[in-house]
Amino acid sequence: MGFYSVVKEWKDFDFEGYFSKVTDEDVVDSIYKEHLTEYDFLNLLSPIAKNHLEEMARRANEIKTQHFGNIISLYMPIYISNFCTNNCTYCGFSKKNHIVRKHQNLEQIEEEAKEIAKTGVEHILMLTGEAHGLVTLDYLKDAVKVLKKYFNSVSIEVMPLEEWEYKELVDIGLDGLTVYQETYNEERYDEVHLSGKKKDYHFRLDTPERGAKAGIRTIGIGPLFGLSEIRKEAFMAGMHLKYLTDNYLNSSFSISLPRINPAEGGFQPDHPLDDITFVQFMTAFRIFQIKADINISTREVASFRDHLMHMGITKMSVGSKTDVGGYTENDPSTCQFEISDNRSAEETIQAIRDNGYQPIFKDWEQIK
Amino acid sequence: MDKLVLKGHEFESRLLTGTGKFSDKNLIAPMLKASGSNIITMALRRVNFSNPKENVLNYIPKDVTLLPNTSGARNAEEAIKIARIAREAGCGDFIKIEIINDMKYLMPDNEETIKATKVLADEGFIVLPYIVPDLITAKKLEEAGAAAVMPLGSPIGSNKGLQTKALIEMINENKKVPVIVDAGIGTPSQAAEAMEMGVDAVLVNTAISTAEDPVKMGEAFALGVKAGRMAYLSKLAKTSKYANASSPLTDFLFRGEK
Repeated sequence: MGFYSVVKEWKDFDFEGYFSKVTDEDVVDSIYKEHLTEYDFLNLLSPIAKNHLEEMARRANEIKTQHFGNIISLYMPIYISNFCTNNCTYCGFSKKNHIVRKHQNLEQIEEEAKEIAKTGVEHILMLTGEAHGLVTLDYLKDAVKVLKKYFNSVSIEVMPLEEWEYKELVDIGLDGLTVYQETYNEERYDEVHLSGKKKDYHFRLDTPERGAKAGIRTIGIGPLFGLSEIRKEAFMAGMHLKYLTDNYLNSSFSISLPRINPAEGGFQPDHPLDDITFVQFMTAFRIFQIKADINISTREVASFRDHLMHMGITKMSVGSKTDVGGYTENDPSTCQFEISDNRSAEETIQAIRDNGYQPIFKDWEQIK
Repeated sequence: MDKLVLKGHEFESRLLTGTGKFSDKNLIAPMLKASGSNIITMALRRVNFSNPKENVLNYIPKDVTLLPNTSGARNAEEAIKIARIAREAGCGDFIKIEIINDMKYLMPDNEETIKATKVLADEGFIVLPYIVPDLITAKKLEEAGAAAVMPLGSPIGSNKGLQTKALIEMINENKKVPVIVDAGIGTPSQAAEAMEMGVDAVLVNTAISTAEDPVKMGEAFALGVKAGRMAYLSKLAKTSKYANASSPLTDFLFRGEK
């Protein structure tokens, strides 16, 4: 049954009714509790908790400093293929979009890897679209092998795979997996995923669990804010994080809060997440799950990212390009979404130092 | 002050420190100077051998003993591999075994730690294993060739001090190798408390590296450790539930006075 049993458990919960009864005292109580229940997490996500944003931010920073130290780990994304056989209403890679498509061969991947390695960042996240017959397990394995030559830690954000497929990737040195549920709302999920393998809600929902069973060390999850009611999405993502943390002691988990940026196709989110609520949710995640990594991508603008450094985040992507061939080619493909923080890796790393944190280039020793 | 001895190696200071969590690696050297600590641990997984500017080893004074740790290892096999990489990379023969299989509470795996200790001690490493305080594990580690045992005072990063005091006492009372309390110590007074018990040393990382002034905090911990050691060596006065008169009332009976 997996995490779906938890989804069902909360499906008919009266969130609005609960939120309307939360008091300021409840929120303050939840901010400072050592072990938070699901209801404490709800208190932190409630609209009234916005009155306590400063306290939440301070508490989040305190927890992060205590458990992770004054550090921010760095990673860089590499897009190696943007072909896609899915039709998703919100995504620039959707098969219906007429964009510049590219699919890199191993030599091209190696050229990009060499370029990225010059920054000194040792953690790489490899991304593809979901394209059957083109992005195959063998292709992914070959690509991981190439990247392993240049980076200590290789993670993937590709189509969901079977457990045995993850195992094969782990055997050649993969240590990270990122998979966003997009929306936990099953009906909404069906509406925005028009066709393709991604339409299978359950297969996607169980992906982090299959990865953990296969022995992947670090697993990142998150909702894509904008598709469905934001407080429920944040809550279910928190429940997912808790479920995975409680059941898979062997892996560590991270949460991201991506929100929809303009992409090819012009999708307008009907549930936008504003900056204030973003900070509320992010600090709520930190206070609720103290050991989870919190990851902020270049979807957010530079000045916002700099402020977030002081509120409990542990991971940042730097110098990102979301187009295939973005680091080496003059004529790259269309990017997946618009980057909001256009600083180079060096500029962001300097900003991390200027803000009083140590950038961590390497946090993993390859021992396979 | 008497010296800390680990497999024949003598150290002036009984405070071990760590490199993790500092906001700036340039703070490590002045912290070491202020604290007098002459053993520092660092996670091998964080050492950038290929990048001199980011290589933490370049920020540690040469007269300080490196204690690479196997953080990231989830079983004995991985810990052994990491230890060998550390030695090959020129980090010396000291190794702190840290095998953590539980990412929720970060509790060390004692069973795998015993296995790794045996293999690495046989290979000539000076092995310092980090454990959940357990007397039987400590005895097995001594037998396996550990240079010391490192029981946790409370969970990593909790700063809760000696919550496992009763268990550490058992290990300490029966030790054949030094006992170094690792993890959980958040204040100099907690370090002093551990040293007063008679443990041989403490390892403090978070409480120093994340303090607003890590250099001054390093010095504060040095003083706490020194005070605790001095108190232990001078044999603490006994505690009692009832008041004890400093001039006994019945003493006259035995002195032949009336």
